[in-house]
Amino acid sequence: MDFFIQLFTDPVGFYNQHELLIAQIGINALLAISIFVTFYSGQLTLANAGFMAIGAYTTVIMSLYLPTPLPLNILVGALLAGAIGFLVGLPVLRLRGVFLAIATIGFVEALRLGVILNVPITGEGQGLKNPSADPLGGIVPILISVPILTYLVWRLTHTRLGQAWAAIREDELAASSNGINVPVYKMVAFVISAIVAGYAGALETHINFFVDPTEYSVTRTIQILTFAVVGGTTNVIGPIVGAIFLTALPEIVRQFAAYRDVVNGIILILVIIFRPQGIVGRGGLAIIAPRWWTRWRTRERAAAAH
Amino acid sequence: MTQQVLNAIFIGSIYALFAVGYTLVFGVLDVLNLAHSAVFMLGAVITYSLVVLHGLPFLPAAIIAILVCGLLGLLIEFVALRPLRRRDAPPIAALISTIGLALIFVAIVEQATQGTLFSWLWQDGANSVRFPAGTVPNPTYHVGGLTIEGTKLGILGLSVVLMLVLGYVMRFTQVGRALRAVAENRRAATLLGINVDRIFASTLFVSSALGGLAGLLFGLSLSDISPYIGRDQVELKGLAVIVLGGMGSIPGAVLGGYLLGLIEVFAFVRFGSNVEAGVAFAALFLVLVLRPQGLFGARLRERL
Repeated sequence: MDFFIQLFTDPVGFYNQHELLIAQIGINALLAISIFVTFYSGQLTLANAGFMAIGAYTTVIMSLYLPTPLPLNILVGALLAGAIGFLVGLPVLRLRGVFLAIATIGFVEALRLGVILNVPITGEGQGLKNPSADPLGGIVPILISVPILTYLVWRLTHTRLGQAWAAIREDELAASSNGINVPVYKMVAFVISAIVAGYAGALETHINFFVDPTEYSVTRTIQILTFAVVGGTTNVIGPIVGAIFLTALPEIVRQFAAYRDVVNGIILILVIIFRPQGIVGRGGLAIIAPRWWTRWRTRERAAAAH
Repeated sequence: MTQQVLNAIFIGSIYALFAVGYTLVFGVLDVLNLAHSAVFMLGAVITYSLVVLHGLPFLPAAIIAILVCGLLGLLIEFVALRPLRRRDAPPIAALISTIGLALIFVAIVEQATQGTLFSWLWQDGANSVRFPAGTVPNPTYHVGGLTIEGTKLGILGLSVVLMLVLGYVMRFTQVGRALRAVAENRRAATLLGINVDRIFASTLFVSSALGGLAGLLFGLSLSDISPYIGRDQVELKGLAVIVLGGMGSIPGAVLGGYLLGLIEVFAFVRFGSNVEAGVAFAALFLVLVLRPQGLFGARLRERL
């Protein structure tokens, strides 16, 4: 409860005291956006942790060995994640459902155990020290990126591209018989998701002094999946709300912090059974929204329909 | 080298035993039960706790642990699967709800230390433990330069017998026919008077009991026991095994288990332990991409 009281009465003190938590929420929100894009196009891919690793390692290795400025390193990390996403997507995106999920899990672990732990430049099991770590300054780009990317992806879902994704999600066969090039649109979603995950991974190194290979395992991907499922994937706000809620929860109820995975598991099961559309799903906010808001939304929709 | 192959066969038996449970549920319910690895871990943890904390002899402890794991299978069915089936949810939803249960199981063991709520189950938190020496008699044989431990030999024998029994049940008994009918077509099976819900519940019970057995055998002679043995040692390797063998195929899972054991040992001998860890996933990835019906040509599933 103190948590909320401080948030409203002393926001500056709150920010100073919880900087790391806020940064982590921001990173997790970016990851939630990343998984949202593939979810929205109807694909359960669990490769996000792998793309994070690519973004993170690229950035840190560039800062270690090249004189390039940090923003460029981060950008290269994100783009390289996208490029590898394209190469991985070529064979993998032909799979569907559970098989796609398993193949992407295979990618994450093969990357971590097969490549990262065996290539000397990644520091192998030891991880890498990050020369450009700046925990306080690192929060700023994170806090700027979250709203920008949220807005971009939200806009994207309202373009033809987004409509194509939605069509593929609802019925792939129908989408393809309506002239939507399904493989191309799936690939676009997968690559965008990879770039965002790589970007989040790169930004995360900025606030950490150390890159640790154990961070990029399937466990991480499953955590990201939880954000999307709990928040709901009807629109991009859902996964972000999920990320904020689940990241802040252990701080809010300190007495359960040790049992956070028990709480997460219970929330996950309850949501998937009783609220499959997530906390913020169709009509999700209607439970708590004031009546004028609902009325205004209805009028908006009616106007849009005409 | 022969010694290595022998070790591959022992570890392969565990993989096979674990993967048979995985693939059984997938074949019959079309659901990937990701809580299976947590049940595997609990099989080892419960046996350890009965032997060390409660002073039971090994055999009754093992039997109780296997039964409890079977009951956990029923818990998975009633909590995570049945409500979703009632709603006709997509299979992905069930995959996610079993992830939820796996998180809960692992976290409960991981947080259990002396004086906490679950200290009757586990007192070592996130640490690893071993069965005290002499829990089971373990004579060591030396045959032609090979070292064979009695427990490992027992594991091999037990797994082979169990898998033969399972194969017999699936092939030649009324229950097995009902199971295969449900796997083939749920609706038609219902119309033929098969109680589908009961079949699902018993599938989960058998699958989880096998998973728990695999876990306790693994903890007995091949590895330490910790809350993470399921997640880190077999969860994803089990996926690799059932993909290698063809999803939903029981003989495929058995062959895939031994095959993965061999692949890993060869990778270890040839390239060292770092590569050994990644080779399962490389194999998984390649098979899914190149031959998604599995190496042994199980029929192509329609959703693929």
